[in-house]
Amino acid sequence: MNAMTPPDDSRPTTPSERGAASHGLEPSLLLGPAKDPAIIVDHISKKFRIYDERNRSLKAAVMRGRRARFQEFQAVDDVSFEVERGTTFGLVGENGCGKSTTLKCITRTIRPETGTITVDGRMSALLELGAGFHPELSGRENVYLNASILGMRKREVDAKLDEIVEFAGLERFIDMPVKNYSSGMYVRLGFAVAINVNPDILLVDEVLAVGDEEFQRKCNEKFATFRDAGGTIVVVSHGLEVMRDICDHAVWLEHGRITASGTSGDVIDHYLDMVRSERIERARERIGDGAGASPNAATGTNIVRAEMLHADTRDPVESLTATEGFVLRVTFDAEAVGEDVRTNFGIYRDDGQRVGSFNSGWSAADGPLTTVEMVAPRCPLQPGTYAVNVAIHDHSMLQEFERIDKFARFEVLPSEDRHQSGMVDFSQIWRTA
Amino acid sequence: MTATARRRKRPDYPLELLWNLTLRELRGKYKRSILGWGWSLLNPLVQLAVYSAVFGILFKATPPPGDPSGIHAYSFWLVSGLLAWNFHLNGVMGAIGSLAGNGNLIRKVYFPRSILPFATSLSWLVSFAIEIAALILILAVFQTINLAVLPLVVVAAVLLMLFSLGLGLLVSAVNVYFRDIEYLTQIALQVWFFGTPIVYNEKLLTNPKTGLHYHLLGIDVLTIEKLNPMYHFTGLFRTLLYHQTWPTFGEIGVLVAFTATSLLVGSIVFRRIEPRMAEEL
Ligand SMILES: Nc1ncnc2c1ncn2[C@@H]1O[C@H](COP(=O)(O)OP(=O)(O)OP(=O)(O)O)[C@@H](O)[C@H]1O
Ligand SMILES: [Mg+2]
Repeated sequence: MNAMTPPDDSRPTTPSERGAASHGLEPSLLLGPAKDPAIIVDHISKKFRIYDERNRSLKAAVMRGRRARFQEFQAVDDVSFEVERGTTFGLVGENGCGKSTTLKCITRTIRPETGTITVDGRMSALLELGAGFHPELSGRENVYLNASILGMRKREVDAKLDEIVEFAGLERFIDMPVKNYSSGMYVRLGFAVAINVNPDILLVDEVLAVGDEEFQRKCNEKFATFRDAGGTIVVVSHGLEVMRDICDHAVWLEHGRITASGTSGDVIDHYLDMVRSERIERARERIGDGAGASPNAATGTNIVRAEMLHADTRDPVESLTATEGFVLRVTFDAEAVGEDVRTNFGIYRDDGQRVGSFNSGWSAADGPLTTVEMVAPRCPLQPGTYAVNVAIHDHSMLQEFERIDKFARFEVLPSEDRHQSGMVDFSQIWRTA
Repeated sequence: MTATARRRKRPDYPLELLWNLTLRELRGKYKRSILGWGWSLLNPLVQLAVYSAVFGILFKATPPPGDPSGIHAYSFWLVSGLLAWNFHLNGVMGAIGSLAGNGNLIRKVYFPRSILPFATSLSWLVSFAIEIAALILILAVFQTINLAVLPLVVVAAVLLMLFSLGLGLLVSAVNVYFRDIEYLTQIALQVWFFGTPIVYNEKLLTNPKTGLHYHLLGIDVLTIEKLNPMYHFTGLFRTLLYHQTWPTFGEIGVLVAFTATSLLVGSIVFRRIEPRMAEEL
């Protein structure tokens, strides 16, 4: 049934295809046309004007002889997708990539400059809950008002009122002016109205987490019922794991363009990969000029950097004496790992003999980048060549997330008075007893 | 193809929403005060008292005698024009406020934006109706009232509402782009008020010595007044409530023409700016 994406090969590439191609993504990340679309977003673009706020007066315009000066900002750039009826569709991407703008174009609050949007069915948006509530009016009066803003007739509201009030859990407060509501009550009433207007299509922008736990449970049940009843949902959220669960399909927007589209699992995986590699890239830039600069440093996938430093100077160290101290340091991407991490360093002699294996004993994950250090005040080893391994594990040490063998090599130099051999260099005191 | 067939049907103008928003305005206006609807009359009463004192007593303004009603009182002459002016003023300023004050709603929810100024106008129409009803009651008790004018009072009120709405649509839309329009409009309305013979008799526009009209920039001031819609609207309400007779068809034709022009220009400008309102506000 699709006018804009006929299945012959001569058709121009859709933006998602072009975007995917430029990212080298596999064809699973191309979302084909829907068989029975509830929403068709066809090549929409939206530019915002960003004004210099001081210029927004007639006085300034007259004095300058023209209208307020503005810059243009491309918030949505040639976006197309189709949402299959009865499915849940997700939009993911970084802050400011145009997700909310796309939703607002679908609701028609914002009109795109080019492209068309076709919506088949009654639509309700959970974008701003309780927008249009009048503080002086009672909850009940506001329900009628809000419902009519959302396109509901009085008779329908009459029939639904009890359900709405019960869902919001505001039976006792419904005749109180909403200015006396707590912000949670306000949002709950807004949500209750929006979800009870009997929509065929629900647009949800980051409002999955409203109200207390009890109310959230109710909301999730309501969403599930809505989906089971064949409702179509378009949802924007940064809760990627939830998105993976609830969405059938998703698109990933970057700077207003579609980078990937497809099943939610694939899209979110690719999105996560990108987020991770970008974060690591940034971390590398911040930490230094890559692993190659120092011979005693290395990089893995989750491990952003592992290195060996002199205890005092904190410079990369390749040789030291037994009386000098050293630091083994590892920086890893705790978010990529997804749980707390226990760190282990192993030191091996060049013949493969294990000199020692040292475990952090506790596990940590501190922000996106976690750095763990092991400080050894002395290096009690006999002269020779040694190598250091690093591994990161889960707390129980049952699972190893990553290991880098021999990320550092070092030479232990003989001290002046050498009267010993073997493997370790005890600190020793000699005397006649 | 089916894609076009499925194209969303343009919904009708949501009258139900218009009604609810009007109710919201009215309830918001009157709920805040204990006296409620009574307050609606206080402002015109105070205005009436002040203007009557200043112009009627201090300046000894003399209104023309009501013909054929026979009423000859400055306060009644004044109030029949003043109420109409206030209605106009509220309609225009209310329209600006209805867009500027509902940015939250406009940014988040789609509906025809003109509903907001329209609802405000309707709510002021209700206030105006109360004021006019009170005036008619007082006239009936203390003076006289010709009930035959009542149907035309209703028509005149609706006409004036639409005239102010047209202007309100224009300035409220432009105010989205230029934030100082609100203040400029306020100033312009002030000048307009004193430029219209509302508190003073239009006889003052004639030089008592020469018997000729004054001139402004070489133009006969009465010609200017003939081009002033509010000259005609306040005149209409005086004809109906002070003189208590029917206006001529010609006079009604002029008012309809003014109203149609105002609505036309207002809606054209409003519709042009409407698509961008959500992002500009
Ligand atoms: N009314 C507006 N005027 C100017 N710029 C705007 C306007 N609304 C949005 N933008 C800009 O458009 C871009 C996209 O905004 P949008 O709200 O769609 O982002 P988003 O993907 O929803 O981000 P988030 O994850 O933070 O919600 C942003 O850079 C934002 O600054
Ligand atoms: Mg957003």
